Amino acid sequence: MTEPTSPGPAGEDGAEAPKAPLSNKERMKIDRVAMPEQEGDIRAHNFGEVNLGLTYQLAMLEAERCIQCPKPFCVDGCPVRVDIPRFIKFLRDGEIAQAAESLLNDNALPCVTGRVCPQETQCEGVCIRAKKGNPVAIGYLERFVADWAQANIDQLPTAHPTQTGKKVGIVGSGPAGLTAAGELARRGHDVTVFEAFHAPGGVLIYGIPEFRLPKDIVQAEVDRLVSDGVKIEVDAIVGRTYTIPELREDYDALFLAVGAGLPVFMNVPGENFKGVYSANEYLTRVNLMGAWNADSKTPILHGQRVVVVGGGNVAMDSVRTARRLGAAEATIVYRRSLDELPARKEEVHHAKDEGVRFELLTAPEEVIGDENRWVTGLRVSSMELGEPDKSGRRRPVKIAGSEHVIECDLVVVAIGTRANPLLTGSAPELTVNEYGYMIADEWGMTSMPGVFAGGDIVRGAATVILAMGDGKRSAQAIDSYLKGVWPPEGVDPKGNRETAAAAG
Amino acid sequence: MHPVVEREQLSPNVVRLVVEAPRIAKVRRPGQFVIVRKGPGAERIPLTIADNDPEAGTITLMIQAIGVSTTELTSLQVGDAIQDVAGPLGRETDLIASGHAVCVGGGVGTAVLLPIVKALSEKGIHVTSVIGGRSKEWVILEPELRACGDVVVCTDDGSYGRHGFVTQALKDLLDAGGVDAVYAIGPVPMMKAVSEMTQPYGVDTTVSLNAIMVDGTGMCGGCRVTVGGQTKYACVDGPEFDAHAVNFQELADRLTTYRSFEQAALARQADEAAKGACATTEVKA
Repeated sequence: MTEPTSPGPAGEDGAEAPKAPLSNKERMKIDRVAMPEQEGDIRAHNFGEVNLGLTYQLAMLEAERCIQCPKPFCVDGCPVRVDIPRFIKFLRDGEIAQAAESLLNDNALPCVTGRVCPQETQCEGVCIRAKKGNPVAIGYLERFVADWAQANIDQLPTAHPTQTGKKVGIVGSGPAGLTAAGELARRGHDVTVFEAFHAPGGVLIYGIPEFRLPKDIVQAEVDRLVSDGVKIEVDAIVGRTYTIPELREDYDALFLAVGAGLPVFMNVPGENFKGVYSANEYLTRVNLMGAWNADSKTPILHGQRVVVVGGGNVAMDSVRTARRLGAAEATIVYRRSLDELPARKEEVHHAKDEGVRFELLTAPEEVIGDENRWVTGLRVSSMELGEPDKSGRRRPVKIAGSEHVIECDLVVVAIGTRANPLLTGSAPELTVNEYGYMIADEWGMTSMPGVFAGGDIVRGAATVILAMGDGKRSAQAIDSYLKGVWPPEGVDPKGNRETAAAAG
Repeated sequence: MHPVVEREQLSPNVVRLVVEAPRIAKVRRPGQFVIVRKGPGAERIPLTIADNDPEAGTITLMIQAIGVSTTELTSLQVGDAIQDVAGPLGRETDLIASGHAVCVGGGVGTAVLLPIVKALSEKGIHVTSVIGGRSKEWVILEPELRACGDVVVCTDDGSYGRHGFVTQALKDLLDAGGVDAVYAIGPVPMMKAVSEMTQPYGVDTTVSLNAIMVDGTGMCGGCRVTVGGQTKYACVDGPEFDAHAVNFQELADRLTTYRSFEQAALARQADEAAKGACATTEVKA
């Protein structure tokens, strides 16, 4: 990999001579940069961030790789429709403040998405360069620009939108809620976010571990929203502390973004033995309550041999956390094969580098405990893949006589979450489907006029970026609703398309 | 922040705190609880709301010092503040419509019982409270309960009231007949004993389960208990359940999950206290 010799952004004296723009042919010859990261065997024992971020030189080199397509597929691939070529062009031209302004205009939480988005299936997956070689490292560039913005917030213009006098209540401060809050505050609405926990961020603080998304970064993103006028009320459990009808009286519109927080268990014998955690509990103790720190007042069981059941990003976060908490052996048990693992490729790759074992095509049958009901193992069966099921994935079928025991002292169950009835149960006016998820129309409005919903509580457990897409789209619809324009104009209900006219 | 406006030492290790929490004071129902977090870095602790004053905007919490975190809370003085008080959580108590209720409280469970006794009494239900403690100084809230009905006090050493356990006094009441419901709150072995005693009499019995929890909203699943063979979450499905369906053995077992951590934390605290030459007495319920 070649690095340019430029020392950094041109100084105020403008000493650096302007470079001639590269031709596309030259751009195509530049190899994708590699993300600097902590070595696997070192990072497996600390909670420091794995990806260290691009240097200025690497970012500038990577920015040169973008050929500035006139009809960029990457924008269509992004659930919040970041104008990717635009911010990359600013960066390439050395206009980093303008790159940051452009990015923040499209995306309320770019430091977060630059770290946790599955770019390989979104913007980068459809990048024209991916057809022949490696796509532009859009996620790395997004993170680079976003981190610069966070460190240099004083160099960015502060928006002073005209206040509309309309009040919007947002329930839940996860990615959907925070995104909607940012969008609505920028449009001059008076926004209050209600959070059930003692700190805002939702899954960004209780779920995603420090080594993937440092909590200071999330806090700084929240601080920026607060400085834009967003109010946050913590310890407010809507459904208990307040009811929806009550909030509806106090606010001109509501956005419900409470996530799908209820853990799903395996429903096998022995599941209530000591040493069986839901991933939610395991990660919340470690992340939100700080149990990764030995001085924490909140205890966590440190397994020597930890089995994590599940194959998604939450399972990867759990198993990598177990390694960092000192597990000599940390194993993923997943009932399908490597090809079906729902986790991001990068997470699986990181987990392997950190010494995580994968027992694939393996399904749990029973948790085994000792006479004191402490976990000693997980009885499992081997599986083979049969016919595709409703999800289109091949259904795992048990191989007769294949039962065996994986010895372990901790089991973390990461096989999904479902809707929490706490909020919907307190508002019978809200229509939910058979699984308890809220039903919203194409604009995100629920069965209660003026009450919108988005994120996992509507779509079921998904990703941060899809929740953010819902937050952005709902904010646009709410803005229109508050202006008395209904149905909204310029917002494509299916995909968060915004016309240039509506964006202005 | 939630300032402490009143503090009273009820027994050697139980303290009553009246705390500002206007919103919760307004909507709280008997049987519900809050989760408190004293300040940055502190644990989240579930505590039953013993009483509320909507006008004053305050709630009453009764806290037993059994571990490091609860000791920090019981050490709070008037003018100190608790950073986080979240709630009200859990379902409200299912109160009987008429008749005679026997309410059995053991240790700090008596404090959890008080709001139920008050609510029953306000509905015009005849309430007999049966409360116990090791000795006289451990008996709490007798005057408050007496204001709501009859009270039978039991002490293990006979230093006050009846000599013996609350279950013996309960048996006498059951034998006398006319008991329509029993509400029992206290240590798990006591609730189990009460449940086993009332079952042959066919008297509906409600217990409040103090499972370990983090969020209190159904998110962590740490408080799962087995009731009638099904997994329930104490935080959202409870905390009160039909005693005759509860797997007490499992609950008692799960409550020991962090015992070694608790003992280590207490030992550290004792060390520090010894250094400061002001050791406090720790009594495990």
